[in-house]
Order: sequence, then C-alpha cells, then structure tokens
Amino acid sequence: MNGIHEEDTQRAVERVARESYGRLVAYLSANTHDVAAAEDALSEALLKALRVWPQEGPPQNPEAWLLTVARHSIIDLIRHQHVVSESEPTLLSLTKESTEMNLSTEFPDERLKLLFVCAHPAIDPAMHTPLMLQTVLGLDAARIAGAFLISPKTMGQRLVRAKIKIRDGGIRFEIPDQRELSTRLEAVLEAIYAAFGIGWDDMAGIDQRGRDLAEEAIWLARVLLQLIPNEPEVRGLLALMLYCESRRAARRGPDRDYIPLSEQDTQQWSKPLIAEAEQHLAVAFQCGRPGRFQLEAAIQSVHTERRQSGRTDWTAIVAFYQQLIRISPTLGRLTGYAAAVSETSGPEAGVAVLDGLESESVSSYQPYWAVRAHLLQRLGKTSEALEAYDRAIGLAEDPAVKRFLLRKRG
Amino acid sequence: MQFALMIYHTPEEFDMRKNDYSDPHLGAWRAYYKALVEAGVYVAGDALEVPETGTTVRLREGKRRVQDGPYADTKEQLAGFIILELPSVDAALEWAARCPGASIGAVEVRPLAPEAKRRGFTG
Repeated sequence: MNGIHEEDTQRAVERVARESYGRLVAYLSANTHDVAAAEDALSEALLKALRVWPQEGPPQNPEAWLLTVARHSIIDLIRHQHVVSESEPTLLSLTKESTEMNLSTEFPDERLKLLFVCAHPAIDPAMHTPLMLQTVLGLDAARIAGAFLISPKTMGQRLVRAKIKIRDGGIRFEIPDQRELSTRLEAVLEAIYAAFGIGWDDMAGIDQRGRDLAEEAIWLARVLLQLIPNEPEVRGLLALMLYCESRRAARRGPDRDYIPLSEQDTQQWSKPLIAEAEQHLAVAFQCGRPGRFQLEAAIQSVHTERRQSGRTDWTAIVAFYQQLIRISPTLGRLTGYAAAVSETSGPEAGVAVLDGLESESVSSYQPYWAVRAHLLQRLGKTSEALEAYDRAIGLAEDPAVKRFLLRKRG
Repeated sequence: MQFALMIYHTPEEFDMRKNDYSDPHLGAWRAYYKALVEAGVYVAGDALEVPETGTTVRLREGKRRVQDGPYADTKEQLAGFIILELPSVDAALEWAARCPGASIGAVEVRPLAPEAKRRGFTG
C-alpha cells in the first residue's frame, strides 16, 4: 500500500460516507428497526473499505460494496444473538435480499422513513435533532454534544436510549399517511431547523463545527425536498435557511466584530443563495398553504429587498409576525414583533409589546433584553436601558455580541 | 440543585484584571454577574487572587511540606468560583457557556455534593 493510494482511498471512503451514510443506515435499519446495529455494521464496512480498497482498487459501485459488507455483518450479528428464532423472518429477508440483489442495482431510498422515525412523537423532542444528525449524517456523539452543550457521555447515553426505543418501542419505519403527514412533517422540519439554529448561533466561523452544522441542515432540507417535493413548508424551511445563509459573510467585520442586520453591507450578501431562496419561496406560496416556515422566510425576504430598495418595509414584516403569532405566540416571535412594531409605530409601542410578556419566561431570554435595551435607549430612559443592556450582555454567549452590546451600552 | 462553576484563567486573563474600568472583558464580567443575580440563580461566588499568591501545604510522614504557588503547575489556574441554584446540569452548562471566562480559559461545572455536606464533611 503506498501513500498516494492510501490517501485516495481515504478520500473515496469519506466521499461515499458523506453522500451515502444516511441512505445506507436507513436501508439497513428499515427492516430490523435496529439503527445502532446498522450504524455499527456500516462503520465496520467503512473500516474494511480502508483496508481493502487500496489493494484491490475502489469497487465500481462503492455504495453497493459497503451495503453488502454491512449487511453480512448484521446477519452475523443476528446469528450470534440468542434470539435466533424470533429474528428468523428478518434474517431470511436480509439473506434473501443479499443474494438476490445485484451489486449494480439501485436500492430504495429509505431516508424519509428514517427522518420520520427520528422525529417520531414517541421520541423525546430534545433528541429529534441529535438522532437525525447521527443516523442520517453520521456525526459522532461528541460533536453533537458540543453543539447541544451537553456532556459527550450524556449525549451518547441519550442517543443509545433513543435507539433502543426505536428498536423495541414498535416505532414503524413508514411514511405517515396524508392525515398525519403535516403534523409529523412539522417535527422533522423543526428538528432540521434546530440544527441550523445551533450552527447559526455559533456564528461566522468562530466555531467551524457550528458553521458545518448550518450547512448540514441545509443539506438535510435539500434531501427532504427531493423526497417530498409537494409540501410547501419544506421549501419554506429551505428558503428561510438560504436567506440567513446568504448573509453569513456580512455578519462579521474584518476584526470579527458582530454586525447587526440593519448595518450589514448588502453587497456582501450572496446573490446565488438569495436567488435560490426567492425561487423556493415563490413556489411554496403558489400552493396557497402558508405555514410558519414560509412566513419566517417571507420576513427574511423582506429584509433581503433592502439590497435593491435601500429600505426595509417594516409594515410588511409586522403583518408577517402577526400571522406567525396567530399560529403560535412564541417568545422569539413576540420579541421579533416588538422590534418590528417599534419601527412602524415608535419605540414606546415596541416596549409596550415587551411589557406584555411574562417576566418569568423572559428572565433568561437574551434577545428580549437586547431589544428592550435598544428601545429604552431610543426613548432616552438611560438607567433602565443600562440595566437591560447588562442583562443582554450577561446572557449572551458570543464574545463578539458581548463586545457589540457593550459598545452600544456606552 | 446547586452547581459550582469553577473558572480557570490563563495568565493573560489574570493580567486583564489590571485593566481600567472600560475594558470590554471586565464589562462582560460585570454584566454576567448582574444577569446571574437578576435571573435568581446566583447563590455565592468570589474571585481568587493570582496563583502566585497561593501557598500549598501537605503533611507527609509527620512532616510539613509547604510550597510556594498553586497546587497544580498548569497554564490555566483556578481564578474563582460561582455557586448557582439550577434545576439541571443542562441549565448549568448554559450559564457556563455565557461566562466570559469560557471564551478565554475554561469553566468547569460540577454539582455540589449534598450528601457530603449532610454527613458533616463540609459546611
């Protein structure tokens, strides 16, 4: 084995792993419901590829090669377990498929089922996103733990428990029927958006892992759109993330300083990403079934228009927030609404909205305090503004945001 | 449930203490304390003097061994602690991430040991 070969193999394996991981895990676990076993089998197959491919050259169809090797190790595993009799039907079907399937034929894409399994109502909602990141994208527990601010050991244990529940809890690998689809889909979309949000909060490449996570979320939404092209909320989510992503370069100054949306240089926004977002949002709205992601994307679309018009249509943004609040009045939406209202009706109106929120729920919610501080400052209420700034700074995680707020606080 | 946030500073961060009142890092620390108190989670806390002011004592085979400086010879040294009352370790990690010290040195989160306290080991 020479060095160049080894490197080529490494890259080939990484490429297949990146592109096919979720497809292979989904396909391998669709019958057995044993996601953990599928993942183990696939990692073994990937290790074997690293050993064998440099000697024999990469196979014609690397995906099918990995699938065959992984499937054999699952069959071995089942044979070694004591429950042979119970698993006989699974074993038979696996063996049958294994012999019947020609290596070059395509295998069905079961990722959509796997996504629905990860966001199943029987699974703790807090685990939906971590499960997706691990089973569909192949991220390891330590990396997911960092993103979720949980100790790696705890995250590992929670993932194991969730997979046991999938295996033993009678959770079906299926696409929900039309009646259930929209509620079940919402959980899938929420989980993808949560991954994006984490990547987004890590901001502007301070943490390379965060940046990747935002990209992974966009990738997941693209996969979902391929699999389920007629649900407008899928496009809405993709559009929303693309609008945000289009501003990534503009969010930091040369010295990594935080630059708020209103002060960003619109020339730095990515035109291709905006164009793609606009297109998805337009197609989505044509369906005539607006939902939360389409509405949130619409707000971002209004902000994006500043690139051409030089101004922001706050009246439109207020109207979109009102629709969002009617769907569900979350803290984030009410805070966003308060900020938008202050632009159309003055800072007092914005503060009035904030005053209406329950004090317990906002006590650790950073955006609330940042907006409140800004509005009080505009109203000349200096000492109240200083208090609010301190709360906002103390609750912020990103050092650049802290610096920005400290400067504004004065 | 109570958690200790143990804050470890690099020498650079210890040095920042000498900066004047307008230093943004010190400003972030002031705001962080205020946010902890206002959120109703703060129990106690204090900053320690620089590690060079420490003296470490050991008794071995009846002999006193006294050493100048901190217990461990590492680059990052204990600089202070904060005790917080919180419902879960998840919440404690969130506050640790917001701690200005986390962006330069490190913050270790550890639950207090109520059992040890009950048996009279401490407090």
